[in-house]
Amino acid sequence: MSRQAQAQAGQWRRLPMIENPKLRWGLVVGLATYLLLALASVEVNWARVAEGASRGLNFLAAFTRPDFVSRQGDITAGILESLTMTLTSTVIGVALSIPVGLGAARNIAPWPIYYACRGIITVSRTFQEIIIAILFVVMFGFGPLAGMITLAFATIGFMAKLLAEDIEDLDWRQVEAIRATGANWWQTMNHAVQPQVMPRLIGLSMYRLDINFRESAVIGIVGAGGIGATLNTSISRYEYDTSAAILLIIIAIVLLCEYSSSHIRRWTQ
Amino acid sequence: MPLVTTPQGTPTWRLRTTRTQWLQYLGWLAGACLFLLCWKAISDNTMWVFVEDAGRQGSDLISRMLPPQWAYAYRLWKPMWDTLNIATLGTLLGIAMAFPVAFLAARNTTPHPLVRSAALMIIVSSRSINSLIWAMLLVTILGPGVLAGIIAIALRSIGFIGKLLYEAIEEIHPTPVEAISATGAGRLQVMSYGVLPQIMPAFAGISVYRWDINIRESTVLGLVGAGGIGLQLNAAINSLAWSQVSVIFVMIFVTVLASEWISARVRHAII
Repeated sequence: MSRQAQAQAGQWRRLPMIENPKLRWGLVVGLATYLLLALASVEVNWARVAEGASRGLNFLAAFTRPDFVSRQGDITAGILESLTMTLTSTVIGVALSIPVGLGAARNIAPWPIYYACRGIITVSRTFQEIIIAILFVVMFGFGPLAGMITLAFATIGFMAKLLAEDIEDLDWRQVEAIRATGANWWQTMNHAVQPQVMPRLIGLSMYRLDINFRESAVIGIVGAGGIGATLNTSISRYEYDTSAAILLIIIAIVLLCEYSSSHIRRWTQ
Repeated sequence: MPLVTTPQGTPTWRLRTTRTQWLQYLGWLAGACLFLLCWKAISDNTMWVFVEDAGRQGSDLISRMLPPQWAYAYRLWKPMWDTLNIATLGTLLGIAMAFPVAFLAARNTTPHPLVRSAALMIIVSSRSINSLIWAMLLVTILGPGVLAGIIAIALRSIGFIGKLLYEAIEEIHPTPVEAISATGAGRLQVMSYGVLPQIMPAFAGISVYRWDINIRESTVLGLVGAGGIGLQLNAAINSLAWSQVSVIFVMIFVTVLASEWISARVRHAII
């Protein structure tokens, strides 16, 4: 029966998401098998979970009475260090991502440079900041410098990828127009490419500033400076009221960042 | 576009007025000062002796990592499976929690503005806190293991999926919704037949995208004890077995590239 006739007989059914029934049922069966296997392999120590439940309640209760005061010195120093790392790493990372992004754009870079820059981007995007931080801590010693270099490296991968995609979609007629005036490579970049990608570059930099701050809160766990070390200590000492205070400060700063970056983006576009 | 008249009386074009030009210089100066101040703070907290031999340390590290101890790889299949499970089950749990939150947070489907701000608050807190911090907390509460990792990934995913999904819900076309309500459908029927079909492609795309990010994040959760390949990584680093660390890095690299490829293919097929 056609769908029309079925509908007239009062037996209308909505269209399935995936047209091909074999693929649809295959996916369902595959997913169900995977879920069974996965859930079977998850080992849970229920006794330990039950024991920790009261601690979980303690943690939730800590949010109603966060303790900003008793570890005030550590918190202030950690937050300031996180903020300085965020700012410097974003500036350095964005500055370095511009040449990498130009090199990774298929329409303006020759192929050896293209592959080299794509390689840098892939490596930097694949590994989490914290893994890179471990290596840089070994190389540069403990402290905010290792953290700053880590965040700058991660920023390069993120910014250069999005910048390269933006350059690949730019309006080529403007580039031709500038070239037709006899402009050399630098002048073409400066007057045809740069004005087209600038609003997005500023928007992305603001977004990355926000991400770098959030990341700077964790790389302290492996000794790369910032608020992470303080947070880690407070959690492992079960001082949940201090942890709650730090988390609330992080949330507040991220909110502030988002609010101001939406303003800046509106102003540049 | 200001015109400036030269002493000879010929008008010349300039991009900016003198005032905006000066303001721009001042802005750059303030930015540079702030940057230098931050740099100073960092450099005061740095042991420059260690930095000076960073090159030697780096080449030493690479020489210890090479050649990778490939025989170690066979012990990594179970942790890798755990990592995939943390990412996938965490994403599924995150989706299950993010779905209602997104409907409560979208302006056109929320029951009440107060509920909306509460839902937005959930989304913001979940987004601001890295999954590694969630994992640290959950390890102290639930004990180390895969379960803490799954819940950490789920809690972090709520914010991401919730935010993108509620934006997609706010952008739906109102006509199908009106058509369904005109037939006398109830609130849930309107959701199911008017709203849901419109957001389904966006929803599937967002979920697959988040799954790909979660694979990447779940590789490190073990550093704080939340299961997966990160546990092996932590153990190898602590015992300075750098030739094992390089095997783990290669495995992470391949897994992340594969998941990125799958997610890109799926998103391409959906959209």
